[in-house]
Amino acid sequence: MSDQRLGSQSPLAIEASGLVKTFGSTRAVDGVDLAVRAGTVYGFLGPNGAGKTTTIRMLATLLVPDEGSAQVLGHDIVSEADAVRSKVSLTGQFASVDDELTGRENLVLLGRLLGYDKTQAKARADDLLDAFELADAAGRQVETYSGGMRRRLDIAASLVVPPELLFLDEPTTGLDPRSRNQVWEIVRALVGQGTSVLLTTQYLDEADQLANRIAVVDHGKVIAEGTSAELKASVGSGSVHVRLGDADRRPEAQSVLTANLGVPVNLEADPVSLTARVDDPERVAGALGELARAGVAVSEFSLGQPSLDEVFLALTGHPAEVPEDDDDTRERADEDEEDAA
Amino acid sequence: MTTATVPATTARQQTINAVQAVCASCERPAPASVLSTVGTFGWRALLKIKHVPQQLFDVTMFPILFTLLFTYLFGGALSGSPSDYIQFFAPGIVVQTVVFITMYTGVAINTDVHKGIFDRFRSMPIWRPSVLMGAMLGDLARYTIASAIVLGLAVALGFRPDGGVLGVLAAMVLLLAFAWGLSFIWVIFGLKLRTPESVMQMSITVLFPLVFATNIFVRPKTMPGWLQPIVEYNPVSLVVTAVRGLMQGNATGGDIGIALLVSAAVLAVFAPITMRLYAKQQ
Ligand SMILES: Nc1ncnc2c1ncn2[C@@H]1O[C@H](COP(=O)(O)OP(=O)(O)OP(=O)(O)O)[C@@H](O)[C@H]1O
Ligand SMILES: [Mg+2]
Repeated sequence: MSDQRLGSQSPLAIEASGLVKTFGSTRAVDGVDLAVRAGTVYGFLGPNGAGKTTTIRMLATLLVPDEGSAQVLGHDIVSEADAVRSKVSLTGQFASVDDELTGRENLVLLGRLLGYDKTQAKARADDLLDAFELADAAGRQVETYSGGMRRRLDIAASLVVPPELLFLDEPTTGLDPRSRNQVWEIVRALVGQGTSVLLTTQYLDEADQLANRIAVVDHGKVIAEGTSAELKASVGSGSVHVRLGDADRRPEAQSVLTANLGVPVNLEADPVSLTARVDDPERVAGALGELARAGVAVSEFSLGQPSLDEVFLALTGHPAEVPEDDDDTRERADEDEEDAA
Repeated sequence: MTTATVPATTARQQTINAVQAVCASCERPAPASVLSTVGTFGWRALLKIKHVPQQLFDVTMFPILFTLLFTYLFGGALSGSPSDYIQFFAPGIVVQTVVFITMYTGVAINTDVHKGIFDRFRSMPIWRPSVLMGAMLGDLARYTIASAIVLGLAVALGFRPDGGVLGVLAAMVLLLAFAWGLSFIWVIFGLKLRTPESVMQMSITVLFPLVFATNIFVRPKTMPGWLQPIVEYNPVSLVVTAVRGLMQGNATGGDIGIALLVSAAVLAVFAPITMRLYAKQQ
């Protein structure tokens, strides 16, 4: 809905076609097409190793693509890299500020590089530190900052001269809920002013909260694209989990829930548990009511947003995992066997 | 915190307003000149010396120990007395100090390129090599400070440069030019090798013979015949001869010319290689 309000006719901030980047035998990015409308937040959602950072690095002119091409704000990322650089800012996945300098020195440094004179750069740094609630820590070396403060400084550093397009690579990974909310507010404030944002994340709810459109990426490919409503429609808007008081009543509970939810209900390994992916969360209350009427005691239930794993399961048929994780799982399984022996 | 006393929604709105205000209230300045960006990166290097001064002390520790050790332990044996020896040795130890410190340029570049801040610099509309040039500018300050410390110690131990202040300054300019060229070599290691440790190891491997097979400690005439030409034509020896001559006030035009030629040659060979590698770095 908000997509319409923002006008699907606005010009494209990013237009990429067939981007490919290989590292040795790894196809980190494997044919990515993108169309991001100016003035919107575009979410790039994917697990570790999906190719999110590599894509951003190409769009920010840090890497030259092996194949394909992209226009950022109307400029080719390879032949007009300088023009692109003068209009975008990058807040990288790993702190793109200087740990050994103070917060203020970091911002003054960037201000000077961008063309402010000393006085202007200092004034600009102080304004930003105030707005990002960092004034108290301005004179401390960044290595003493908390994760949330560092992130805020990192984003402030990208706004020394406000860019037309901001790249944010996993801006909230590792932050506590409060800091995460702060970052979300900052992103909303920027978009409210017309800045375009390309944001990568591993969290579905973050993409859901902030992004007008979302691309789900896996193994260097975009496997689904759309608004969060569209994606959820293809995945189901959540999953309901029910625990019964009595395992014997489970078959009965399954048929009652199936009839009332209108979707398949799965039996879990736990003999008293059932789960179902639901399209319409409102039907859950009714279904639970029917269970009560049938005299089936429910000891616990929950209705959750689909997790990234569930999105992946629904879209790809496999859970969101990188090869390294497979190894981990295998190792863990081995350990379990040893324990059992 | 002031925000703790107001309701959450108001605090949220305040954040949004503050961020929007700070983004609306500025106009894009004209792009910075190359000179200005290089200068700014030089300033960054100076700030690092200020915030992490122990690094400077680490690198001057050895030269200080060497100066004391050689002057008092071997000075008598080598030149008759410690105060005679220091007249010969002081200019050489200053060269050794600076030549050894040049390798930290490579180590610093290696640390820098693997950090997120480097990505930010490279995504900005500035002349890319200004990061490198600025770092080298800061290093010149580091070389100067370290030389001043060692020279100060030498003077305290009885070194009296007959070349006077001008002679010492001229010697320093020559030495800095040579050091600048050398630092390009270590930057190649810094860009090509994976860890700061391997950059350091590699640099030391090259530096040791270069620094010790020289006329810094004793005159080549005292060495075995096969070694003499190696030592005499070692570029570091050629620079030491000129620096020593300038400080002692007895430099010949030829000595100075050769040292300048050596410095220019190092720069002409390695600067283009380094700059090409640097531009390709991803
Ligand atoms: N410089 C590089 N050299 C070699 N391989 C690389 C390099 N950069 C990325 N890769 C590989 O490319 C793949 C994609 O990496 P990328 O960093 O783009 O993923 P990501 O989606 O950002 O993951 P994460 O969520 O962990 O940040 C991974 O398999 C990674 O190991
Ligand atoms: Mg990443």
